[in-house]
Amino acid sequence: MDRPRLAVWKFASCDGCQLTLLDCEDELLDLAERLEIAHFLEAATAPAAGPYDLSLVEGSITTAQDAERIRRVRAASRYLVTIGACATAGGIQALRNNADVAEYRAVVYARPEYVETLVTSTPISAHVPVDFELRGCPIDRGQLIEVITAYLADRTPDVPRHSVCFECKRRGTVCVTVAHGTPCLGPVTHAGCGALCPAYARGCYGCFGPSDSTNLPAFVPLLRRGGLAGPDVVRVLRTFNTAAPEFDTAARQAAEEADR
Amino acid sequence: MTSAPAATAVIDRAGLDALIRVLAAHGRTVVGPTVRDGAIVLAELASGEELPYGWGVELEAGHYRLRPRPDGAAFAHSAGPNSWKTFLHPQRERQWSADRASDGGTAFRTDPPPTVSYAFLGVRPCDLRAIAMQDRVLTGGPHADGRYRSRRSRAFLVAVECTEPGATCFCVSMGTGPAAGPGYDLALTELVDEDGHRFLVRAGSPEGEQVLAELRLRPADPDTRDEAARVVREAADRMGRTMPPVDLRALMRDTLDAERWDDVTARCLTCGNCTMVCPTCFCTTAEDVTDLTGDHAERWRRWESCFDLEFTHLPTGPVRSSPRSRYRQWLTHKIGTWHDRFGSSGCVGCGRCIVWCPVGIDITEEAHALNQERRTVADRQEMP
Repeated sequence: MDRPRLAVWKFASCDGCQLTLLDCEDELLDLAERLEIAHFLEAATAPAAGPYDLSLVEGSITTAQDAERIRRVRAASRYLVTIGACATAGGIQALRNNADVAEYRAVVYARPEYVETLVTSTPISAHVPVDFELRGCPIDRGQLIEVITAYLADRTPDVPRHSVCFECKRRGTVCVTVAHGTPCLGPVTHAGCGALCPAYARGCYGCFGPSDSTNLPAFVPLLRRGGLAGPDVVRVLRTFNTAAPEFDTAARQAAEEADR
Repeated sequence: MTSAPAATAVIDRAGLDALIRVLAAHGRTVVGPTVRDGAIVLAELASGEELPYGWGVELEAGHYRLRPRPDGAAFAHSAGPNSWKTFLHPQRERQWSADRASDGGTAFRTDPPPTVSYAFLGVRPCDLRAIAMQDRVLTGGPHADGRYRSRRSRAFLVAVECTEPGATCFCVSMGTGPAAGPGYDLALTELVDEDGHRFLVRAGSPEGEQVLAELRLRPADPDTRDEAARVVREAADRMGRTMPPVDLRALMRDTLDAERWDDVTARCLTCGNCTMVCPTCFCTTAEDVTDLTGDHAERWRRWESCFDLEFTHLPTGPVRSSPRSRYRQWLTHKIGTWHDRFGSSGCVGCGRCIVWCPVGIDITEEAHALNQERRTVADRQEMP
């Protein structure tokens, strides 16, 4: 039986999300049995040519060359899944979207003229159609296996898009906002991590981006009640998912209010 | 008064410790309040030492803080972050598993019923009623939940009456407290005064009487009984919240188009916390799991919330896509249409949804506002 062919692609990213695939130690042998790992530069030295049945795409688009390359990846892929905050929202590098890239380049690089880059970092979905987006910075290993397993079984992955609060309550974690006054992005953040940070008495950092039902205008005053001053509110919203539209809009409003 | 009824007695703190030992010796998993992570949570207790002696709570909408109590009381606190449904109706549970057989068929397997025998120590009267409501929902109809019933039928309930209601409590409005209603095996009333730290205890079932018989008791003296009745009676006058004194079911029916729903929707995060902490919210969703081989599948049930868009997801999308429709669904079901389905209100007045709402939306405040709006609209219509 021909196994479906898997490809893993990297764009602007730190590699953490594709490493999550290698981190699936207990499942790797089964995975390799069910899928032909055709293109995975981090794990195999002999990439095979397309087409591919399942492509996992990590990273955001930050160069003109990558904007072209993702089109070729899309054309060679039957089912394309973006993995991680870079691929689904533009990543931490999307901080450039609200800054002067020429100035950044001049400050960081000794020979800035060697660096060719776009003025924005954008998610894959801004360039090509995406079949499924898996959130997280990094993605959750169990969710990655679920997405691949669901693909193999031809079913919808069970990846809830509700808030992190669901996961805290299921896990029995005492709410860090209500009981400790700790600022926490959980109520507006997409579930998937298993509510890791609140389980260790820290507020949620929003690694998985906005949930499918946010109310940022009502939520931001809650951060302030927790003791965050104006610029800090902007900072917590401007991290790995800074370019996610819900977080971006709220951060802009908070920045305006902080300026006043 | 000559002598106390046989099944009423007084125990001290050592007696409470002994009660836990006796329940554990009966093979029970004892669960009760204990301090953890800055809150009084319900968790398994190894001994009476773990009870929250000397701790109270300061509650407000969206606010919970532990506060030390000089009197050393163990049960002078109101509802905490979790409820007994955590144990009776767990957040995730396997329903069945299936394997593809070598002949191509499918073999289904159902897990054996749970065998745990719980003893719940410190069931507040509002929560005692909440357990009865979940009994009605999960076992009272033609499609009873066998796993819930299995846990519930073996559970031993030690109620503790309320003497220190919180600022978010309104059990009096809902008719569920602060005195314990029926359904307990034992009921305690805690007293801390110049006569010492003691508990009036009475049995509510034959098994409760058997357990009492294994403890060193002293008969309840009339003074202790009078004092216990007084502190519970006075607690009823110190509720932090009230519901409007109207037919809430009719109020929900009459205000479906009220402007107040827009007001609360502007504040609601649709994060689902209220439903997760509610001791009567029972909704679950099915989660189908397959493994990589495709030869093994499992169905799990996990807590779900009507605030989740997925809750009403049909092929054309969610039925209740607006936050307004979801908040309204939750409140109108909880205190309105619950009557139609299950013959009572679904709210026990424990106040958890008020405390654990991050933005402090207050179910009683919303009900009062809806009532006010209905009155205003009626007045306007009556004007010539």
